[in-house]
Amino acid sequence: MNREAYEAVIGLEVHTHLLTRSKLFCGCSTKFGAEPNANVCPVCMGMPGVLPVLNRRVVELAIRAGLAAHCTIAPYSIFDRKSYFYPDLPKGYQISQYETPICKGGYIDLPANGNGESRRIGLTRIHIEEDAGKNIHAESVSLVDFNRSGVPLVEIVSEPDLRSAEDAGAYLRQLRAILRYVDASDGKMEEGSFRCDCNVSVRKRGATEYGVRTEIKNLNSFRYVEDAIEYETARQIEMIEAGKRIRQETLLWDPIHKETRPMRSKEYANDYRYFPEPDLPPLLVSAEMVEQVRASMPELPADRRARYVREGLTDYEAGVLTADREVADYFEAVLPGLENRKSAANWVMTEVLRVARESDKSFEDAAPPAREVGALLRMVEEQKISLNAAKTAFAAMVKSGNSATKTIAELGLAQVSDEGAIAAACEAVLAAEPGKVAEYRAGRDKLFGFFVGAVMKAMGGKANPKVINDILRKKLANEN
Amino acid sequence: MASELNKLTIAEASAMLRKREISALELTRDCLERIAGADPKLNAFITVCEKEATEQALQADARLAAGGETPALCGIPLGIKDIYATTGVRTTCASRILENFVPPFDATVIERLRSDGAVFIGKTNLDEFAMGSSTENSAFGPTLNPHDTGRVAGGSSGGSAAAVAAHECLGALGTDTGGSIREPASFCGVVGLKPTYSRVSRYGVIAYASSLDQVGPFAKSVRDAAIILRTLAGRDPRDSSCSARAVPDYERALTGDIKGLRIGVPKEFFVEGMEPEVEKSVRAALKTYESLGATTAEISLPHTGYAIAAYYLVATAEASANLARYDGIRFGLRVNAEDNIALNEITRAQGFGAEVKRRIMLGTFALSAGYYDAYYLKGQKVRTLIRNDFERAFEKCDLIVTPVAPTTAFKLGEKMNDPLTMYLSDIFTISVNLAGLPGMSIPCGYDSKHLPIGMQLIGPPFSEETILRAGDAFERSGASKPRATAI
Repeated sequence: MNREAYEAVIGLEVHTHLLTRSKLFCGCSTKFGAEPNANVCPVCMGMPGVLPVLNRRVVELAIRAGLAAHCTIAPYSIFDRKSYFYPDLPKGYQISQYETPICKGGYIDLPANGNGESRRIGLTRIHIEEDAGKNIHAESVSLVDFNRSGVPLVEIVSEPDLRSAEDAGAYLRQLRAILRYVDASDGKMEEGSFRCDCNVSVRKRGATEYGVRTEIKNLNSFRYVEDAIEYETARQIEMIEAGKRIRQETLLWDPIHKETRPMRSKEYANDYRYFPEPDLPPLLVSAEMVEQVRASMPELPADRRARYVREGLTDYEAGVLTADREVADYFEAVLPGLENRKSAANWVMTEVLRVARESDKSFEDAAPPAREVGALLRMVEEQKISLNAAKTAFAAMVKSGNSATKTIAELGLAQVSDEGAIAAACEAVLAAEPGKVAEYRAGRDKLFGFFVGAVMKAMGGKANPKVINDILRKKLANEN
Repeated sequence: MASELNKLTIAEASAMLRKREISALELTRDCLERIAGADPKLNAFITVCEKEATEQALQADARLAAGGETPALCGIPLGIKDIYATTGVRTTCASRILENFVPPFDATVIERLRSDGAVFIGKTNLDEFAMGSSTENSAFGPTLNPHDTGRVAGGSSGGSAAAVAAHECLGALGTDTGGSIREPASFCGVVGLKPTYSRVSRYGVIAYASSLDQVGPFAKSVRDAAIILRTLAGRDPRDSSCSARAVPDYERALTGDIKGLRIGVPKEFFVEGMEPEVEKSVRAALKTYESLGATTAEISLPHTGYAIAAYYLVATAEASANLARYDGIRFGLRVNAEDNIALNEITRAQGFGAEVKRRIMLGTFALSAGYYDAYYLKGQKVRTLIRNDFERAFEKCDLIVTPVAPTTAFKLGEKMNDPLTMYLSDIFTISVNLAGLPGMSIPCGYDSKHLPIGMQLIGPPFSEETILRAGDAFERSGASKPRATAI
């Protein structure tokens, strides 16, 4: 089989919860992790006679997501009913948007990949819809938890612009970063607030027609998305090479056996019988509202990255720091009072990100407070401690949670800059090594390092190396 | 000898209650007594709330005794169509599927009536999920017409109409999707008002066809209807389709003066197949209006002929989605089966009656892939044409007067095996729902079988005051005297 002869054509539909306190059509809390059926009311339980009332905040956040992804915001859109039966769908239909989404078009720019190519992935649309509840299958019974029922979602549909599992992963990470930047979504996959359906087809490289596509539903981790696309692409190429036809079907990813398998036809409806929701008036978004939302938006990752480069970081550094809003915010919280932006960037990229990576906690919980790291770096800049001492102190701070000042004091890492003490130590070293002093003066410059090391050793490693250098140089030069 | 306080109008009873000439408890007891005597023959009520009503009457008496301003409906016993969610009182929609459903919340209008101190005497019978024109499609048996128990009370709000006509309560709530208040009001000889779509909140009213359903009162007089409407109407933050428009004091509109009122008479509404006595009665009422100083002129509503077809596409489509929630999972009937899908299918097969199933299938079909444009969308387009017809007509007149139905009350079972003929009972009322207009049925006479005939007054959106004024003026003229029911 010649895989290189084929390319995959992938489009993604991402469902992500919007960060609102209350649900899309009722006042119930959206908080994750409550007791089953604690955050419910007649409306989100679909009781007879109830009516939906649109949460304004949802509209604002959907507009934010749309503006962040360069979409056109529709001044007029409507809600539709999408009918299907599932026990976790209380009304027997989902309120969604069908022909008139709130956001149209737009794109996501992907950062440069390994080959140095950056890519622009087109978006088809972003629309608002409500989430369903959750079925829980116990041994002999099925239970339903409606806490999630009515939680606001946006569905973000990409154009079929992605060509590989790697592309898809990069797109999802960038999309998630953007949504988190604008506070539209927390993107927490482990809480089911960021889920993805993948449409995958393959075709001969250079072909313009699309192949028959399959849809892999409900993937809730980046890893699954990448694995599933990888698998499905290979499967389709194999089928075609074997002269078989691809069936247009809906698949599930089995992460244990690492394969896709068809859903039972009963598990999904094929005719959703969409029609306009008669219980909700059309959604009108004025130009003023769009401008208000735009004005309230935080800096987007691409803008922030460009600013960091303007402020002296390399594109690579700026890219790493702005990939996640938390990291960029952290970096900026480290900065106050520091002269050297670059060393702060390095510190965050190496020390802090390493700690976060090695921890199983989230970045926020794993990283020590940014102001303490800032304080530590300030001490380095003020030559109160050495860079090595700072690293030692940082490691201790991660473990203890103590402040920089306290850690430095406790570990006795403060650097001695007192010229009298250092001069005394220098004199003692030079006095003890008359032979080496003579050799140095005779021209063996390399011995200078030996003297510095000896003085540092005598000072217990805490002396300011610059002061040692200055004093030694003076003493070795003068006394001739 | 019973005091028969139940025969009072709301306006009369309210005045007497406030003067402490009668108590709400006496009034409620007379209604309960009447229900005990008459309802075994009428079957107007699915649930009689004797205990709750007695408690509410006592509370109303305490409030009346405290003096000060009390709402007009304080202490007034009302019948509530069993389609309104009522906290703690089962709400069946006349369906097996909700036979034991007790809502944990009140419909907005129930909440408003409750805070006014109204007494809920019971939940009245209806066609299952309001689908029907005779109240024969009820899982609890048909409601019979108090004027002739061999005949239907009309529907779908037949229980409310019969209960008011038979003085089992002083007023009642119905809902009207295609004529479900006006047709039974006509058949039972009472006043029935369907307000402008969006005038009254639909929250807590079990949905049949969301874009057509509207809440409204049944009453013994136009004045009583005005009194009830004032409490019902007004903005509701829980219903985004509900109008924020201010609510007038409808009673103040009842001046008796209709001089110069321009009445339009649509030629398409006086068609073949209409009982001559109905036409004669409505024509006589128009003469009465002329004698009161109104003018009448023939108008045309050219798309009237398409109303029923459009209605049965739009209403059933909406119903097919609205009734999807009765799945046996969270409330109501559950028939267990081997899996979720089978459970859903068997529950619905056993829970819904034939007419409901027919309409769910019709609506599902009208929305299916490939048919949407030909059916649902076309239905909506016809709806626009019908609305435009009315808009144009109201450039030339203030009010349109028509018969409510082509016939008086028909015999039980007469149309049950012929749904299309049954659907034609609503031929004069349906276009009003499609256009979202207010319409009222008031008694205008009797046929030779002593069955009441209803006249329909239709106005532009939010013209309830005009409609009520015209209805009240007709009532005052004495042209049609109400007759006692047979029962």
